Amino acid sequence: MRHETTIPQKIYKVIIYVSCILLAILSIIPFYIMIVNATRGTYEIQSNAISLIPSKFLSSNYKVFEGKSFNPFVGFYNSFIISTGATVLSVYFSSLTAYALVAYNWKLRQAFFTFIMAVMMVPGQLLSVGFYQFMYRIGWTNSYLPLILPAIAAPMTVFFMRQYLIGTLSLDIVNSGRIDGAGEFHIFNRIILPIMKPAIATQAIFAFVASWNNYFMPSILLTNKSKYTMPIMISQLKGDIYKTEYGAVYLGLTLTVLPLFLVYFALSKYIIAGVALGGVKE
Amino acid sequence: MRRKGVSYAKYGYIFSIPFVLAYIVFQLYPLLFTTIIGFTDFKGIGRTDFKFLEDIFANFKSVIKNPSFQKSLGNTVGMWIVNFIPQILLALLLTAWFTNNRRKIKGQGFFKVVFYMPNIITQATIAILFSTLFAYPTGPVNSLLQSLGFIDAPIYLLLNKTLARGIVSFIQFWMWYGYTMIIFISGVLGINPELFEAAEIDGATSRQAFFKITLPNLRTIMLFTLVTSLIGGLNMFDVPKLFQAGGPDSATLTAATFIYNQAFSGSYLYNRASAASLIMFVIISICSATLFLIMYDRDAAKLRKQERKLIKSLKKAEKETRRMGK
Repeated sequence: MRHETTIPQKIYKVIIYVSCILLAILSIIPFYIMIVNATRGTYEIQSNAISLIPSKFLSSNYKVFEGKSFNPFVGFYNSFIISTGATVLSVYFSSLTAYALVAYNWKLRQAFFTFIMAVMMVPGQLLSVGFYQFMYRIGWTNSYLPLILPAIAAPMTVFFMRQYLIGTLSLDIVNSGRIDGAGEFHIFNRIILPIMKPAIATQAIFAFVASWNNYFMPSILLTNKSKYTMPIMISQLKGDIYKTEYGAVYLGLTLTVLPLFLVYFALSKYIIAGVALGGVKE
Repeated sequence: MRRKGVSYAKYGYIFSIPFVLAYIVFQLYPLLFTTIIGFTDFKGIGRTDFKFLEDIFANFKSVIKNPSFQKSLGNTVGMWIVNFIPQILLALLLTAWFTNNRRKIKGQGFFKVVFYMPNIITQATIAILFSTLFAYPTGPVNSLLQSLGFIDAPIYLLLNKTLARGIVSFIQFWMWYGYTMIIFISGVLGINPELFEAAEIDGATSRQAFFKITLPNLRTIMLFTLVTSLIGGLNMFDVPKLFQAGGPDSATLTAATFIYNQAFSGSYLYNRASAASLIMFVIISICSATLFLIMYDRDAAKLRKQERKLIKSLKKAEKETRRMGK
């Protein structure tokens, strides 16, 4: 019988579990040290930078930020506005574009889809000089618009929405809407969008996280401190003012990670499923 | 049936307008603008006028000859390879473990969530966290090495170029292996289960099934992962920029960091930065086009094979029915 467990097989199983647990620790430990050190005083950290037990210097570490450029709440607020705006535009218009690609038979449909596939891989960073110069000329530096509006054209999201629509859209529903006399735009908003809810939820999470974590473009466009997004705030922790304030640096990093942790562990089921969906690309 | 016979085709165009407009304004136009700037004398803060250079390729020549750019390109590719090879190997190993039907591993959901977690954390945070972990003289890594007795006094670890490069590679590896694993696992779940059942009936071992069925069927997904990872790797910016600002001694300077430094970090050499961007654009386009062609060719070859088989069997069936009819 092949299914009986022999001793070498048992050992193999133990090796698998031990490896997986070690990898899990590897994922968690940097963040754990960070959170514990956020509560420890600079003096404690200087005598031993690793501790598994929290201390009681949280509030004194926080006082270090007073009057300095790192302000996690301003960063949170700005990032929240930008990411929300970009996410809403991205999922709505990607759904609309995907619907155009799936539900209608138009001459350039295939060509348009090929085009979307081709530009899916073009990294935005490579156009940064032209983008910055363009925004500078129309006075949009230090504005949120250049960080929100480009989300209307999100090739990757269109691709996923199209995959989803092909699998779920039935033209009967569309036709019955038409017989009832509904306009095409009305059909999309009232009938198609609700059908796409699961895909919209998944893509919204990824669009939000991508926008939230974006550092390159905001760091080029935003020079006004009150407009800084979270990643720019984080980069402020690298400055010389914090060179000896280790506890404060750990606390700052922790404050930037906490919202992501909350979102991730609340939605991890959907996020993992969404990542897996991205793999089946045919 | 008022609307019978109405052509809805125009709505395909109408609903695509927002995407196309946003694409033209925010991507195509900046790309063309970047291209033009690459051929001009455009540099300096606050200027908006520029003219084409007499030697039209002067910026490109100077960027290609620039030792800093050459170095950054070498670093980028090197750090990507050092991250990608272990990443894909570990992801494959974990996939083999997690998809083995005979050896059910418990807690897979938990492991997936934890392995993927670093991927959604802001890269800026991770870069600064790691530079703090390796800080000198008081960082957790130094404390650990001291308490384990490896060193007597703290050492400035990040002055070591190889180590600094290795850490940047490690961060990429650590952030992405979970993602790659999840993609591979979903790829395996997409393989026809009858293949595995047949292999089991034929007495194949788990190892044979993995190498003869799983790996060949994952080829397309692996290529896709390779392309996306390569493109991401060639654009590596946040981590090397914020980890040690490209240092020590340009050891972790990447192409994207080079471009940023040229244009946005005090030098305002917009023309050089544009030329460097275009060079990277060409490299990335060639890489992804090659890989997509390989993928496309394979698929096309497979399709032709299936077609031929189908025609053959159809002919055979026809012959047989004719024979039976006689």
